[in-house]
Amino acid sequence: MGENKAALTDKEQRLMKKYQERIMKGVFFAAASVSVLAVILICLFLLINGLPVMGKIGVFDFLLGRTWRPNNVPPAYGIFPMILGSIYVTVGAVAIGVPLGLLTAVFMARYCSGTWYRFLKPAINLLAGIPSVVYGFFGLVVIVPLIRDVFGGTGSSMLAAAILLGIMILPTITSVSEAVLRAVPQNYYEGGLALGASHERTIFYILLPAAKSGIMAAVVLGIGRAIGETMAVIMVAGNQARMPAGLRKGVRTLTANIVIEMGYAAELHRGALIATAVVLFFFILLINSLLSWLKRRAV
Amino acid sequence: MVKLNRKALKHKLEAYKRSPQSLVLYLLVVVATVLTIGILLYLIGYILITGIPHITPDLFAWQYTTANVSLMPALINTVLMTFIALLIAAPVGIFSAIYLVEYAKRGNKFVGVIRLTTETLSGIPSIVYGLFGLLFFVTTLGWGMSLLAGAFTLAIMILPLIMRTAEEALKAVPDAYREGSFGLGAGKLRTVFKIVLPSAVPGIVAGIILGIGRIVGETAALIYTAGTVAEIPRGKDFLFDSTRTLSVHMYALTSEGLYINQAAATAVVLLMIVILINWFSGFMAKKLTKA
Repeated sequence: MGENKAALTDKEQRLMKKYQERIMKGVFFAAASVSVLAVILICLFLLINGLPVMGKIGVFDFLLGRTWRPNNVPPAYGIFPMILGSIYVTVGAVAIGVPLGLLTAVFMARYCSGTWYRFLKPAINLLAGIPSVVYGFFGLVVIVPLIRDVFGGTGSSMLAAAILLGIMILPTITSVSEAVLRAVPQNYYEGGLALGASHERTIFYILLPAAKSGIMAAVVLGIGRAIGETMAVIMVAGNQARMPAGLRKGVRTLTANIVIEMGYAAELHRGALIATAVVLFFFILLINSLLSWLKRRAV
Repeated sequence: MVKLNRKALKHKLEAYKRSPQSLVLYLLVVVATVLTIGILLYLIGYILITGIPHITPDLFAWQYTTANVSLMPALINTVLMTFIALLIAAPVGIFSAIYLVEYAKRGNKFVGVIRLTTETLSGIPSIVYGLFGLLFFVTTLGWGMSLLAGAFTLAIMILPLIMRTAEEALKAVPDAYREGSFGLGAGKLRTVFKIVLPSAVPGIVAGIILGIGRIVGETAALIYTAGTVAEIPRGKDFLFDSTRTLSVHMYALTSEGLYINQAAATAVVLLMIVILINWFSGFMAKKLTKA
């Protein structure tokens, strides 16, 4: 903008500056619209490709059908086993990850000294940063053989997936709950002590209830992670497309269903997989709105 | 944290005797923490011990063959993919943050919409991104499974992360800086680019590094958008070549079942990258709090 500055009059310069400001404001606005556009496009493409197929198969047959046999004649496209699979595995992961994560958060927020904290905090961050394939690999070579030895069977099972996902949601639960616990006013703690309660009783009967909404938000965030996780689950869950038959048996989740079959699916089968993603998306939207409701309550 | 009630061990034990429930709770907390850290240490230790012996010079050969499943092409693809995805996501994310912090007025309805969409975006599982990428970039736009389709998919995926961290970094810049700049006669644009952005750089960089971490670790979103070809893209149409990143490479090796040792070695390389990224991001964040 500098070269012909001298040739321009003062007025022209000011005008140019004004236009520049306006244009850049437009650019910033456009950038901010990209995320909105992305969500609209994602919804549009999933729904356009998924909903008609759901209609063709029949909504109830699709959602509640108990058999998934896309290669049979006639094919059966029931994703109920996968819906249940996702829910069971997630519940298992929560049962393992939430107590561990919450108690670790209590330790980090209320027990440990600065020295320990300087070690613990990066460790939790690192746990959160490890790629899911690496977790999956770990599950495949450590957890699956362990389950095979202890419980028999192949080892690739609902239990393996639940344990692995429990480990994977640990850092999320820990770091969010820790932040929430730290946000509880210090005088709650002091009040508890002043009433003669022990350190532990104060934490568990005063601080944790006070942080309830925030901790629930952490749990819901963990649920979202667990339900959306794909690669790690595929590597350890066995992926049989049938109704879940117990902790030691294999299970297939919604995410696994998409990845495993998308490579060779065509026509209606392909559409059914996209419709599976629509169902998954719906779950996530549900979890997201629950999360924002909890967050609003926590503040 | 102030330790108000530092007691001697003897007193502590006495107190626990009076209230066994407290002791149980205390033990639970300690056991859980030890377990959490134990799991992390075991995971990292196991991968290092199984993987390091299998890191050989062959693994870094330029050419991938079935006899020598070199990770070099995947490593280079990862760098390329990260670079292109950031080239798209970083400007958009930073500009959006500038709009939200510097331009949008209080109570602007559009801001609420953006918040909602970024929250939605950050909750969407990566496989759904992958499927969208397949439907939109690969099929509808006709790019095929390619570096570019993968990079765009990843860019959308890390956009909310970059937006949020950049927004926080911009918000942390004191208003006095802006007022000082305006007072000296600078316009809004000049204030943003010369004063606000430079002061927010460490925070923005920390966010970008987190984004790199997600790109490096991503698999599900890439399998059906960038494909799994283990070659370095070449020629003038290299953007439309199918590529596999390191994570996809590792997944392919593991699921084929023939190359578990090489997969372990790849896991070590991935882990090293992630540790490095984590350390660097923490370093940047520390720089931010000091400034």
